[in-house]
Amino acid sequence: MSTIQRNMSLTGDASNYLNSLQKIGTVIGLAGLATILLSAFNEFSNPGIWLAVSLLAITVGILIFARGSYEGKLEGIKNHGVWFKSVSSRGFWGWVAGISLTGFYVILYFYAGLLGLGADGEANTGIVGLFDPLSKFLSGNPASQWFVYGTLYTVAIIAFGIKFIWKYRHNRYEQLRTMSVMFFQTAFAFLIPELMARLNSDSFSLPYNDLKNMWPLNYYAFEQWRVDQFINAETIGLAFLLFAVLSVFVISPILTYKYGKRWYCSWVCGCGGLAETAGDSFRQLSDKRMVAWKVERWVIHSVLVFSVVMTTATIATFLGYDSEKYWLTKDMFLIGVAVFLGLLFAAIWYFKKEELAKDARYGAIGYLVIVLSLIGIHYFSDSKLFLFEDSSLRSSYGFLIGAVFSGVIGTGFYPIFGNRVWCRMGCPMAGILGIQQRLFSKFRITTNGGQCISCGNCSTYCEMGIDVRSYAQKGENIVRSSCVGCGICSAVCPRGVLKLENGPLEGRIDGNQVLLGNDVDLMDLVNGK
Amino acid sequence: MEHIVIIGNGISGVTTARHIRKLSDKKITIVSGETDHFFSRTALMYVYMGHMKYEHTKPYENYFWKKNRIDLKRGFVDKVNHANKSLEFSDGTNLSYDKLVLAVGSKPNKFGWPGQDLDGAQGLYSFQDLEKLEKNAPNNKICKHAVIVGGGLIGIELAEMLASRAIPVTFLVREQSFWNGVLPQGESEMINRHIKNHHVDLRLGVNLKEILADDNGKVRAAVIAETGEEIPCNVVGLTAGVSPNVDFLRESGIELGRGIKVNRLLETNIKDIYAIGDCAEQHEPIGNRRPIEAVWYTGRMMGETLAQTICGNPTEYKPGHWFNSAKFFDIEYQTYGWVFAKPKEGNVHFHWKHQDDTKCITIETEASSGKFIGINNFGIRMRHEVFDRWLTEERSTDYVISNLRKANFDPEFYKSFEKDILTAYHQQTVNA
Repeated sequence: MSTIQRNMSLTGDASNYLNSLQKIGTVIGLAGLATILLSAFNEFSNPGIWLAVSLLAITVGILIFARGSYEGKLEGIKNHGVWFKSVSSRGFWGWVAGISLTGFYVILYFYAGLLGLGADGEANTGIVGLFDPLSKFLSGNPASQWFVYGTLYTVAIIAFGIKFIWKYRHNRYEQLRTMSVMFFQTAFAFLIPELMARLNSDSFSLPYNDLKNMWPLNYYAFEQWRVDQFINAETIGLAFLLFAVLSVFVISPILTYKYGKRWYCSWVCGCGGLAETAGDSFRQLSDKRMVAWKVERWVIHSVLVFSVVMTTATIATFLGYDSEKYWLTKDMFLIGVAVFLGLLFAAIWYFKKEELAKDARYGAIGYLVIVLSLIGIHYFSDSKLFLFEDSSLRSSYGFLIGAVFSGVIGTGFYPIFGNRVWCRMGCPMAGILGIQQRLFSKFRITTNGGQCISCGNCSTYCEMGIDVRSYAQKGENIVRSSCVGCGICSAVCPRGVLKLENGPLEGRIDGNQVLLGNDVDLMDLVNGK
Repeated sequence: MEHIVIIGNGISGVTTARHIRKLSDKKITIVSGETDHFFSRTALMYVYMGHMKYEHTKPYENYFWKKNRIDLKRGFVDKVNHANKSLEFSDGTNLSYDKLVLAVGSKPNKFGWPGQDLDGAQGLYSFQDLEKLEKNAPNNKICKHAVIVGGGLIGIELAEMLASRAIPVTFLVREQSFWNGVLPQGESEMINRHIKNHHVDLRLGVNLKEILADDNGKVRAAVIAETGEEIPCNVVGLTAGVSPNVDFLRESGIELGRGIKVNRLLETNIKDIYAIGDCAEQHEPIGNRRPIEAVWYTGRMMGETLAQTICGNPTEYKPGHWFNSAKFFDIEYQTYGWVFAKPKEGNVHFHWKHQDDTKCITIETEASSGKFIGINNFGIRMRHEVFDRWLTEERSTDYVISNLRKANFDPEFYKSFEKDILTAYHQQTVNA
């Protein structure tokens, strides 16, 4: 509010201060980070101990900070001063955090040498070297920049996860959901694949396989080297490959039908896990304007189409030149994809046409035409897809979407655009689940009759930028493709208006002009019921 | 084209405008002296607490008004001249209307306390009050202590606001227990304890005698009438209720009581002038309702109703079953139907409280028939739709208690207390 100069006061706002525990936590946590940073310039003689010290310091620092924030306070919503603190309101410290994180991602993706990654089989030095002992302990192999990232990622989800559980200690939905993402990150994304690497030998080798990381979020899931490794690893490899296919076409559709996309996005997914824990302080920064929603719809579905085309081209290409290795031929595959997409489109059009807005119809037709014509061109050519080689398609997807969008922008810009900008604007997996959630799912957020007071807490704290209030205040359930079911809108509502539910499809979306509590005749007249 | 002018851009006025637009092509102008755009008044507290910025309290984006051809005019109306159907603004300009809707809301009550207009003494109702509070109590260095006078919904919200900035608060409540004119004893006492758990110095059964000034005419202390105790403070929050904001209408010829007198069609005594929301006073109370209902929901309902009348479908204000909600620090409160502080004659109360002292319910029942009259629920969310239906179906309390699970609206995985409540209910029935 422009008329109030909050920070002109010499003394500042009490709600803006860090208390002494929070300061101690900050110092310890930053000291842990600094130790890791220091190893980039200074080879420690005892990397194992220093790694343990720094990771422990980061974890303990976060926990002490959390204790300073929530200990001794009564259970309830803890959003005091969120918009006064510079780190959570795009102030100076928000920008510092954003630029540092972005810088980290740029180095991670494009200049891993700076982290000390040994080139061409040389030993690791620097930060990657610091992580060698842990990596060797788990998988028997030296660390890579991805191991460094995976470790820090897991530590962040665990430590900030505990902080989040503390913050919402009155809310069992939030607690269970957070424990679930902490578990899936630690076990499935981190420990199991590392330990499985121990099984690899000269005659047997499995790719690094995070079982829960599904295509198309995992855009390289069906690349040739992975498929080959799976096939070569026989029973167990084929089981993994089968699971990867089943999770896309069977498991995910069933779970999404029953529970909405939240079963994945806020209970299982690693990107979602980081966003909900480390990113929780930034959820209020998502853009709620109508124009942001319009941009979101075009961008996320374009990424989805890009990823479908890219994956189809990739698979078709290696089926094409290595045809004797696989039972599936390129032609069968391309025809299969075209038929599947055509049928899917026809089904949506037939059953749900009236639920699609005008731009969604144009978009759906446009995308289908593009995809089918690309498949057609590919069908009649060798490996060229339109004008691009599939390898250049793959590398540009990996660069643009995999690195720049999901990493540098998606996470690096947490303190600027909010914690779910990748999930909202970019993630092709969220795109698919979203289409299903909007059209074929029992999930909705129920609005409680006429109880809404339009206060705006729900919209403000929606990390996906959904204007929840615009539905709640007209008594309309919230059924939005982007909703990840984090449940925070329901938690922050001061009047008990919102509830995440799985219920019958009938009446899932109905809205009211005149809300419950008014004259029943007037409601009948205006709402036409 | 008929010109509808609405004074007041709160929930009542804006709802009227929106529904008129849905029903017609009339020219609509909303006048406000407070802000350019509609905001949620109930959310002002969250701006001070840093949960939201002012922008977040606006339910509609700024483009909404132009898109829906609703003109917004910023200005204070000084006079309503119904003879020539025109409004006179404080800056001397005029605006003519064909139909006028008065949705001018309330102002904080002041009961003539000495010192009530000092610098640092203020109510909490308008956007300007929020700005004043930001100036008077930006932090606990400038405002070392605050005293709040008046134990109602705004008083407890103000206490929560100040506490969020670690400003010590003394809360003077005239009654022997918080809001016990509305809440039954068990609930009211639970809230007393909750207020104290938030480190608010709650003083029950005391009145304000006067507010003392320092040499600069600023608030220095508040004096308690009963004990003569002087409480040093920099801010005094006057939150002893609100009353209709109708002073500018005294000479207008519009019939006033405490508020603007209206009939069931929400018409005033002057043709083509209507009043809705906080400022409207029914000639006769509707059912158990008060003649003046200063509640968000009723303001909205009057707006929904009046739009029909203005667009050629005369419709009486005929609200359905009573409901309301509030939040006392961390404890949410909802009510459906009627629960009185003391059971109405012929009625009885069933009260259940959880041992953690943050959840309880009270159900009012007609003793002779066992009919369910209403429920207050604290710390447990209930479904509006289910209770509305049960009230319409005139269900018995026995039925309501045994089917309570169907009405539960708490988030998934929350502990439920239906069994405890049922057990307590049976014990009570047996004992009685």
